[in-house]
Amino acid sequence: MRLSTHLMLLLFSMILASTPAVSQQLGEEPIVINRGQDASVPVAVVPFAWEAAAMPDGTAIDQVVRADLNRSGQFRVLRKEDVIELPARGGDIKFPTWKMLKQDYIVVGRVQTAAGGYRVEFELHDVLKQQSLLSLALPVRPGEFRAVSHQIADLVYEKILGVRGAFFTRIAYITQKRLGAGKFENAIWIADSDGFNPQRIVWNAEPFLSPAWSPDGKSLAYVSFERQGGHTIYIHELATGSRRLVTSFKGINGAPTFSPDGSTLAVTLSKSGNPEIYTLNLASNSLTQLTRHFAIDTESAWMPGGNSLLFTSDRSGKPQIYSLPVSGGTPERVTSVGEYNARVSASYDGRLLAMVQGSKNVYRIAVVDRQRGGAGAVRLISPGPLDESPSFAPNASMVLYAAREGNRGVLYAASIDGSVRQRLALPDGDVREPAWGPFRQQQ
Amino acid sequence: MNTPIRVLVLALAIAGVAACKKEVVKPVDQSMADTTTQTQTSTTQEESWTNPALLDSKPCLVSRVAYFDYDQTTIKSEAMEMLKCHGKWLAANPGARISLEGHADERGTREYNLGLGERRGNAVRDLLLANGGKSEQVATVSYGEERPICTDSDESCWSKNRRAEIVYTAKQ
Repeated sequence: MRLSTHLMLLLFSMILASTPAVSQQLGEEPIVINRGQDASVPVAVVPFAWEAAAMPDGTAIDQVVRADLNRSGQFRVLRKEDVIELPARGGDIKFPTWKMLKQDYIVVGRVQTAAGGYRVEFELHDVLKQQSLLSLALPVRPGEFRAVSHQIADLVYEKILGVRGAFFTRIAYITQKRLGAGKFENAIWIADSDGFNPQRIVWNAEPFLSPAWSPDGKSLAYVSFERQGGHTIYIHELATGSRRLVTSFKGINGAPTFSPDGSTLAVTLSKSGNPEIYTLNLASNSLTQLTRHFAIDTESAWMPGGNSLLFTSDRSGKPQIYSLPVSGGTPERVTSVGEYNARVSASYDGRLLAMVQGSKNVYRIAVVDRQRGGAGAVRLISPGPLDESPSFAPNASMVLYAAREGNRGVLYAASIDGSVRQRLALPDGDVREPAWGPFRQQQ
Repeated sequence: MNTPIRVLVLALAIAGVAACKKEVVKPVDQSMADTTTQTQTSTTQEESWTNPALLDSKPCLVSRVAYFDYDQTTIKSEAMEMLKCHGKWLAANPGARISLEGHADERGTREYNLGLGERRGNAVRDLLLANGGKSEQVATVSYGEERPICTDSDESCWSKNRRAEIVYTAKQ
């Protein structure tokens, strides 16, 4: 009895020890749920039937859709082991079963052979009304099953919530790998919104900073330290790999961000002696200085519409967020709560602002709702202690941010209300500075 | 009789200088600098402020890192003597060039810390200029929090990372 308890404990600890490796492989990082009142929508996603001639490619569509919907915090997807029937078509669904399982919606589908590869057919049904809400067929080329799975998650999300889904998007981030004493490999990567399919864009022994997407998703702007004795800003075209050197002034060349129309880059330059905000017209190369203050002014973010910028300034003593019309004028302070507010970004509609809020040793991600007043306007959505670089999904349903765990940086996706967060399954190494890309054209 | 030997020593010294002229000098730990001091003071007869060997022997010149308090860019009193020495070296050697590398700890945002690192570099620059350096001899570059000396998330590391390093790109 005693022995068997020990044996059980041993087995249990072996399972525990092996879990991280397994989850790394499967990309199924645990989801942390902090919600009290659960308003998330229960939905069942049934494994898709494989009706094609060729062998399956290994991507479980239902698994990708389930993970996407769960990560958003707005759905509570039935666990795969609780999916007790496997209908592949609307006509096969026994609604009483799913009603008994307290599901509001059910997704079914199948994969068939088609010209150029495959066709995925899927249906979304309302369980209570026993009604079909969506029935679509999507062509898939071999190797694109994850992409089509994200698109299915987007369509389900939009049909139920009335908001465009943002799972079929990409993220950019930076890694640093220590190769030896004082030797590093720094790299910029792009990956799917769930961290899968990482592609290395550029790498160097010197650090990179602040990747920023162009609004069309075709380019990244970033800061590189690769030139001796200074910083430079590049715009890197993803399809061709060609780079354009944008600024390389004396001092800081930092914090690039594209205007919503893509015509202008806001940057931080310290060529005047200390960091100031400038805009650079990318067609004419003309530079306009927007701030003139002995403080550190940096980390600008465009408001939708492109008429004003938000930025970090320590002109009041500690870093706070200010806003400034692009046409010039006097900056106005935006943040009033918190000792340290920095690195702001705005949601697509300008209603929400995400920023790093902190005090001496604890830095967390704060989301400010500009339409609300009082204490409810600021919500801390991450636990800290060293969280940074918040970046909104293009539909503002989630925020991607960087955190430190032990000696390494990791990325988290958190729902906008902080009710759910999940670490992205990325390779080992020090990961930082995530930037969520724009919507992509549906295939 | 010992003249040939003296010539040889001098030749070796010059060769040595030429060899390390472009060498990037790494910051030396304060405690190590102190031990070097004791051995060196006994052997150095008189200081020549144009002899590059002095840069690697005189403690206040061997020491090349100024540390800062959290979110501060004020030079601490313990760095003053070191900075006065480097200012004096710049004044005595118009060809000498320094790159001041400013750094921050990991707390706070990266681009803001880039600004903070530059401020720290500039604070050191201002003191070097006040002590005899010329502006063309000193360039500041900020690394923000991107080049930490150590990576633990506690004050023992943070205090080592909040620094400005003096790097000689030309000694004379």
